[in-house]
Parts: sequence; C-alpha cells; structure tokens
Amino acid sequence: MSFQRKDLLGMEDLSSEEIIFILDTAKSFREILERPIKMVPTLRGKTVANLFFEPSTRTRLSFELAEKRLNAAVLSFSSLGSSVAKGETLLDTAKNILAMKVDCFVLRHTSPGTPHLLARELDVSVINAGDGAHEHPTQALLDLYTIRERKGRVEGLKMAIVGDISHSRVARSNIWGMVKLGAEVRICGPPTLIPPDIERMGAKVFYSPEKALQGVDVVMMLRIQKERQTRGLVPSVNEYKEFFSLTEERLDLARKDALVMHPGPVNRGVELPARIADGERSIILDQVTNGVAVRMAILYLLLGKRRQGRVK
Amino acid sequence: MNQLMDEEDIRRIVQRLSHEILEKNKGTKDLVIIGIQRRGVNLAGRISKMMDEIEGEALPTGILDITLYRDDLTQVAQQPIVRSTNIPFSIEGKKVILVDDVLYTGRTVRAAIDVLLDFGRPQKIELAVLVDRGHRELPIKADYVGKNIPTSSEEMVEVKVRELDGRDEVLIVKSRET
Repeated sequence: MSFQRKDLLGMEDLSSEEIIFILDTAKSFREILERPIKMVPTLRGKTVANLFFEPSTRTRLSFELAEKRLNAAVLSFSSLGSSVAKGETLLDTAKNILAMKVDCFVLRHTSPGTPHLLARELDVSVINAGDGAHEHPTQALLDLYTIRERKGRVEGLKMAIVGDISHSRVARSNIWGMVKLGAEVRICGPPTLIPPDIERMGAKVFYSPEKALQGVDVVMMLRIQKERQTRGLVPSVNEYKEFFSLTEERLDLARKDALVMHPGPVNRGVELPARIADGERSIILDQVTNGVAVRMAILYLLLGKRRQGRVK
Repeated sequence: MNQLMDEEDIRRIVQRLSHEILEKNKGTKDLVIIGIQRRGVNLAGRISKMMDEIEGEALPTGILDITLYRDDLTQVAQQPIVRSTNIPFSIEGKKVILVDDVLYTGRTVRAAIDVLLDFGRPQKIELAVLVDRGHRELPIKADYVGKNIPTSSEEMVEVKVRELDGRDEVLIVKSRET
C-alpha cells in the first residue's frame, strides 16, 4: 500500500485501506512527539500556507506545529485584515500566494467545497481543514487514531455522536471514517439538528441519549454551534441541556470502559459538565496531542515525495 | 544469484562481532545497541543476545528508522514507508553501537547518526555491519565488519533474516535495473 493522492479533501473519498495506512503512518510520528528534540528534517525546503477564512484555535495551531516539526516553512493567513475584505476572490488569493512558490495549502473555509475547488484548479497539494458543515477529515483521522490507540481497534465498536449533527463537519467526517472501518455509528440530537438523509451514510438515528448511549464504547459530544444557528432550531440552551447534555446517569448507560471525546471547543456545562470533561474517561486532550502526529503523517504522505506530473 | 553466507556463517560472524565489541569497549559498561530498520534490527537483537550469553548481561536495545532523515525524499518515486523508532532509554553519555546489515553508500548511516543526535549526546557512536560492499559516497567507515565483499554497482547484496524472510543467508544478485 502506498498513498498516491495529491490532496486530502474528505473522508468520503478515502478507502478503508488508505485510512488504515494514514493511521499506521501516524504511529511513527506520534513517537517523535516524545523525543527530547520533537523535530525531523523531512520537509526541509517545502513551504506550507495555512489559509484560515474562519476562526480556529486548535486546528490551526496543530497544523502549524505539525508543519514546523517537519521543518517546513510556514505561512499563515487569516482572512481578518486581508485583501479578502477588499473583494478579492478565494481563487485569486490562492493564486497570488502560489505565485510566491508554496507546496501546500491548508484551507479552512465557511463554504463547503472550497478545498475541492483549489485542488482542482491549482498544481499544489490541498488539505481540507474544515469546509463549512461538509467535512473535517484531519479531525476524523485524529479521532480514529485516538480510538484505535485506546481500544486497539475500530471494527465492531459502537460509537454515539451527540449534539448538533446538522452543522457538524466533524460528525460527517467521523461517520464516513467509522463506518468504513466497520464501527456502528449512532447519531443523536433534537430532530431539528439532524439532517434528513444522514442514514444513507450508514449511521443510525436516535432522538434520545438514553437510547443512543446504551452499551456504546465511545461517546462523542458536540457543541451547539451558536455561530451557525440562525433559525432558532433549539428553543433554548437550557432546554437543550436538559435533554441532551452528558450527565453521569446517561454516561452510566454506556459500557464501563467507554471513552468520552469532544472535538472542541467545549462549552463547559452545556453539552458536557466539567466533571466529565476532566474525568478519567475523557480523552479530549489525547485527541489534541494525537492531532499533531496525524497531521504530520498527512503532510509527509502528501509532500514527502517527488511531485508526479502536473495537474493543470 | 550467488550465496555468500549461510546460517552458520552468519551465526559465527555475530559471535565474532560481539566479542570484538566487548573487547574494544572493555565490557558492557555504558554500551547500548541500536539497530537500523529493518534487518539491522534483527542483527542488533542477535548481538545483544550473544552478549548476554557471553557476559551474562543483556544490553539496552533500540530500533531506529531513518526514513524521515533521508536525503533523497524529493527524488524517490516510490515513497518509503515510515517504520517505527523505539529507543526506550537515554543515550546521553552512552557508547552507542549502531547496527546495519549492509554498508554501501554510507547515506543511511549519515541519516542514522543525525537521528541519534536528536535523541541526545552519546559519548560515542560506533558502527557494526554484517557486510561492507564498498562504494561509499560519504566519509563513513565501519568499526566492526562481518565481511568485506567487493561488488560492482550493478550487483545487489541481499541479506535475509529468519525473522522476516524465513531463513538466514546473504546473497549477491544482479540488479534488475541494468
């Protein structure tokens, strides 16, 4: 098995073999993070541009650190205070940065499909760091990595994803990934926050956490995305909390050794009480640590080889 | 295809190399052994086991992968698989015996030395190889050599080990590329 892609755009296009290959490669990178010198010379001479058209803390810092630990030169761009405000199109912005000679774009954007557009139009590797409510493949890969690290496998596990599924690219990417690796995925939330055709992705829909959490190995809690709520889909935060937050009683319905995950940022006291977020079943900070290793592996697989032909 | 060494030859060489390493370092004090992925790892394990038999003391043994330190990553068509590195002890102030199966251009050893220096500052690094086939491209020399085998660059030296290949032997084969 080898990885021949130019871009990493979504979990939907990846085969289970490719996913496993990325996770196995990430294992070797995870070890680097435990060394006295947490850096390797692999991408010396390569330049990666991080284009963030939407706020981000974790993903952006994680990518920057992954790039720096591989010795790539890093260029970080945020739409705030840039020429985007002057009306420049995304493609023009990208072409201008490319004219300064970069090897890879890491793109986060509010519009679904924007990384695909850049990947199609430009002769450069593109990594999707979150496109609207569509996909966030590196998050799903780091989640899969963390589950595999703790449970030794993904196949046959039961996972519940609870929260605002409609607006969640993390949920979508995780459903693709978990189902491809043979897990059972249950999604749970108020009907207004569950997209109509989600069962076609292979997930089972539940409207009550009491049912969804029965016997699961992994509970992934999602945040209510205030910035994507425009139509009053939830009557109030308090009502949402009452029915969907992860309480000790609800967590007791899961397996004794169930893991609690969250892609962050956590709204403490809303979807997850502090006691569980900081409790012994929580692996939220492991997810963050592993994220750097997984992103290093992806950057290596896309950039650590001879460029094969031009795309355009 | 030509067999240069069989199982018994390899066993004797491992035994001799172990004695030489012990002699030169006056015992096992501060010694650690690190094998280069992949077949250097098996040889390192055997040397470590042999030393245990001779001195009654197993040495700390580590595994090292040089892929991320290669100088030709932007030239190779087939991207190499990154294998694990596992050095579960400090090499600070230690005498490191680096083990590989074949010494050829010296580029792997250069990369391995760079990896080691990112783990700490050993007292010294020595190199032990099963076969030295010549054709160095860097100023690198082995401290312990199983066998010097003069080769042409059209030939390849293939080391097979029980753990990965089902049997122990060293072959010399004509390169497929010529």
